[in-house]
Amino acid sequence: MSVAARSIGASLDRVEGREKVRGEAVYAYEHSPEGVTYAAIVQSTVAKGRVLAVDGSAALALPGVLAVLSHDNVPRLEEQESELAVLQSDRVAYRGQIVAAVVAETLEAARHGERLVRVEYEQEEHDVELRVDHPRLYRPEQVNPSYDTDTDVGDVDTALAWAHVTVDVSYETPSFHNNPMEPHAAVALWDRAGGLTVYDTTQGSAPARAEIARVFGLQEERVRVVAPHVGGGFGSKGTVRPQAILAALAARAVGRPVKVAATRQQMFDLTGYRTPIVQRLRLGADAEGHLTAIVHDVVEQTSTLQEFAEQTAVVTRMMYAAPNRRTTHRLVALDVPTPSWMRAPGECPGMYALESALDELALAAGIDPVELRVLNEPKHDPESGLPFSSRNLVACLREGAERFGWAGRAAQREGPWLHGTGVASSTYPARRRPSEAVARRDGEGFVVQVAANDIGTGARTALTQIAADALEVDPARVRVEVGDSAFGQAPVAGGSAGTASWGTAVHLACRRLVEDGGGEARVDSSDEVEAQEPYSRHAFGAQFVEVRVNAETGEIRVPRVLGVFAAGTIVNPKTARSQFIGGMTMGLGMALLEEGILDPRFGDVVNHDLATYHVPVYADVEEIEAVWIDEDDPHLNPMGSKGIGEIGIVGTAAAVTNAVHHATGVRFRRLPIRLDQVVAALA
Amino acid sequence: MRPPGAGLNGPVCAEISLRVNGEERTVRVDTRTSLLDLLREGLGLTGSKKGCDHGQCGACTVLIDGRRANACLALAVAHAGAEVVTVEGLAANGELHPLQRAFVEHDAFQCGYCTPGQLCSAAGMLAELAGGWPSAVTDGEPALTEKEVRERMSGNVCRCGAYVNLVAAIVEAGAL
Repeated sequence: MSVAARSIGASLDRVEGREKVRGEAVYAYEHSPEGVTYAAIVQSTVAKGRVLAVDGSAALALPGVLAVLSHDNVPRLEEQESELAVLQSDRVAYRGQIVAAVVAETLEAARHGERLVRVEYEQEEHDVELRVDHPRLYRPEQVNPSYDTDTDVGDVDTALAWAHVTVDVSYETPSFHNNPMEPHAAVALWDRAGGLTVYDTTQGSAPARAEIARVFGLQEERVRVVAPHVGGGFGSKGTVRPQAILAALAARAVGRPVKVAATRQQMFDLTGYRTPIVQRLRLGADAEGHLTAIVHDVVEQTSTLQEFAEQTAVVTRMMYAAPNRRTTHRLVALDVPTPSWMRAPGECPGMYALESALDELALAAGIDPVELRVLNEPKHDPESGLPFSSRNLVACLREGAERFGWAGRAAQREGPWLHGTGVASSTYPARRRPSEAVARRDGEGFVVQVAANDIGTGARTALTQIAADALEVDPARVRVEVGDSAFGQAPVAGGSAGTASWGTAVHLACRRLVEDGGGEARVDSSDEVEAQEPYSRHAFGAQFVEVRVNAETGEIRVPRVLGVFAAGTIVNPKTARSQFIGGMTMGLGMALLEEGILDPRFGDVVNHDLATYHVPVYADVEEIEAVWIDEDDPHLNPMGSKGIGEIGIVGTAAAVTNAVHHATGVRFRRLPIRLDQVVAALA
Repeated sequence: MRPPGAGLNGPVCAEISLRVNGEERTVRVDTRTSLLDLLREGLGLTGSKKGCDHGQCGACTVLIDGRRANACLALAVAHAGAEVVTVEGLAANGELHPLQRAFVEHDAFQCGYCTPGQLCSAAGMLAELAGGWPSAVTDGEPALTEKEVRERMSGNVCRCGAYVNLVAAIVEAGAL
C-alpha cells in the first residue's frame, strides 16, 4: 500500500456539505415512519404547586385527536425525580414544566387540542430569584462533573492584607439560553417485541440510549437512538431532554409512532440554560504585578428537581500562578427549570469574571494587561502540581499582540464614537473518554462506524481524515458513519472531547485493520485512555477586541475580533477556523446581547423567543479572525489534537468588556452591557 | 361555558394547486396549515427548516413567486397558484447553484440547519440587489458589499456563528 499524503492538517470541505446545501441532510423531526402521529406539549402555568385535574375532554372531542396524556394516565417510569420524570407526578416544580400532551393525526389537530386542555392547579408561593444573600444558599457536595466545591490553598487573607495592590469586585451574568437552530425534537416508535427506536436531537446517541433505557426500565440492547444530523446543541442536547421521553410515552399510548418538538418558546423552559451567576473576585498583587492571592466566590442556582452545580470557579485554580488561592461555590435550589450544560460550562462564565478582574488589576497596578498575564504564567498546574502537557498561553498573547497591533494602544474619540481595545485569555481542558469504533473494508474503500454525533462541529470530516491517515489512503476512499447507537459505546459530543475520544478509537480500529490485514477490526479505546500519563492538559488562547461605543446612543459595535489559539494539531484548518469563530461569535452575544429576563411574578423567562432574546445576527458581526500557533504535544492522543469547540467562547466576553472600559473609562460589571446602561453611565 | 374552539366539527380543508420546484402539485390542505408544514409534512420536502415557527429566525425561507418569504408565516391555502422554490429546487440538472458551491467552499455553515433558509434568502436578496432595491445602509446605488449583505441577511439567524464565512460566500457567489 502506498503512503498517501497526510490528510490531518488539510482543509477538507465538510464531507456532508453537499447534503446540507441541497437540503438532503435529515434531522430528527424529519423522520416520518409509517403511521406517524403528532404530539403537542401542554406546559404548567404556575411555578410551584400541584396539578389537581387535567381535563382533556374538549381536546379529545376534536376530530383527529387520539389521546391526552397526563400524570394520571401515563405508566410509571423508573425515573421519578429528575427532569426526565415526564408526567410522573402531580407536583409542579417550575413554570413551563410538561403537565400534559395531546397526540393527534395531524400537527394542526395536536396544536389545537393542546389549547383546549384545561389544567387545574393548587398554586403555592414560588421562589425564583437568585440573590447572594438568599437564606437557602448551600454548599453542594461537589461541582460538575466531580470537582471539589471549595478549595483553599495558602493564606489568602494575609496575602490580601499585605498586597501592594488589590481589587475586590463582583460580576453578574443573567441566564443564557443555548438556542440551537434546530428545536429539540424526537420521533419514537416501539416494535412488536417491545424494542424502542428514537430519532432524537442528541449530542450523544450512545449515552442517550443508556439513559432512555434506564428511564423506561429496558435493557440497553432494546433501545436504539439515531441522530445522523443534529442542528446545533451547544450543550443543550448533551443530556436526554424531556421530548425524547414524552415521544416514547406517547407512542406507547397510541400504539403508533409519535413525533414531537419543543416550540422555540418551550425551549427556554425544557432544554436547559446557563444559570445566572454572581461572582466576587478578590485579587492581590505585589509591586511588580505578581499575583499573591486570588479569591473567587460563586453564587448560582439550581432547581428543586435535581442539582446542577456549574463549575464556575474551577478554572481559577489552574489559570495563574498565585501562591494563595481560594475558590467557593454556593447554590440555591429555586422553583425554576434545571440549569444545564451550555458551551464551556464553568470556564466560560468563570473566565469572564477572572479575566475582567485581571484587567481591573492591570489598571490599578499600572501594568499592561498582556504583560500582567505573562508575569503570572505558572510553571506547572498550580492546583494539581502536574506538568502541563503543553501550555502556550504566552505565545498566543505575544502572537496576538503582534497581529492586532496592541503595542501603543490608545483610546480615541471620533465624534460621538469612543474607540478602545481589550484583551483576555482563554483556556479549556483537553479531555479524552473511552469509545468503541469499527473499521471494515468495503469494495475499493473503507467504512468506519462510530457512535459519534456531528452537531455541526465537523466531527464527520475530522474522523474521515483521522481514518484516512491511519489507513494510509486518500480520504475519498473512506466513509465514516456516525449518529447511531447501534455503532457501539461512545461518549457525548461535549466537553470539547469528541474528536479526541472518537478519533482515538477510529485511529486504533483503522490501524488494527491495516496491521491484521483482515476484513474488519473492532476496538474499544478504554485501555489506552485509562493508561494515559498524568499531565495537566489544556488548550489556551488569547482574544483581542476593538470596540466603538456611541456616547450618545449607547450603541456598541465590534469592528474587530482576533483569537489566537494553541490547541495542538489542528485536524482540519477550514472547519477548525469555523469552530473558533463560531465560539467567539457566541461570546459577542454573551457580552452585548443575550439575557434571559425573569418575570418574578410568574417565575419564567419573559423574552422566550428569538425576537426578544437576541442572539448575534449578521449585522452584529464584522471582522472576526481566528489563527493558531504550531503546537506539538505528544501527551494527548494519536492525532496530537486538543478540543476546539468551546475555547472560542471562553475569553470573548471579557475581551469585549475590557475594550468597552478602555473606550469609555466605565467598568460595566453586569452582562450583557445594554445600551441603557451605557447611556446612563456616560450621561 | 364552552372553551374557545370546542364544538368545531373538524378541520376545514381546501384543495389547492401550486408549483413547487417547477412541479405542479395539487393537494388538499387543512386551512390552518402553514406553507412550511405543507412542504415538510405534506410534500416530504424537509429541506426547509422550522427554527421558530414565528418568522424570527429565517430557517424556513423559501422563494414565493421569486421573492424570499418565511414559509412558517404563509398559510398554504393562501398560496394557490404560487410558484414556490425551496432549497431542493436551487440546483439545476444536478449542478449546484453558485451559492451552494460557495457555501461548501467557504464552510459557510456548521450544523446546517439554518443553511437552506440562508441559501434561499441569499438568492432572493441578490435578486433584490440586482433590481436596485435599496436597504437601510445603501448610500447611492445599491452594490454588492459586505455591509449590504450583513444588513440584508440579518433576518437569517445562524447560531453556530458562521456569519463571517456566510458573508464571504454570498459576496463571492453574487459577483459571478
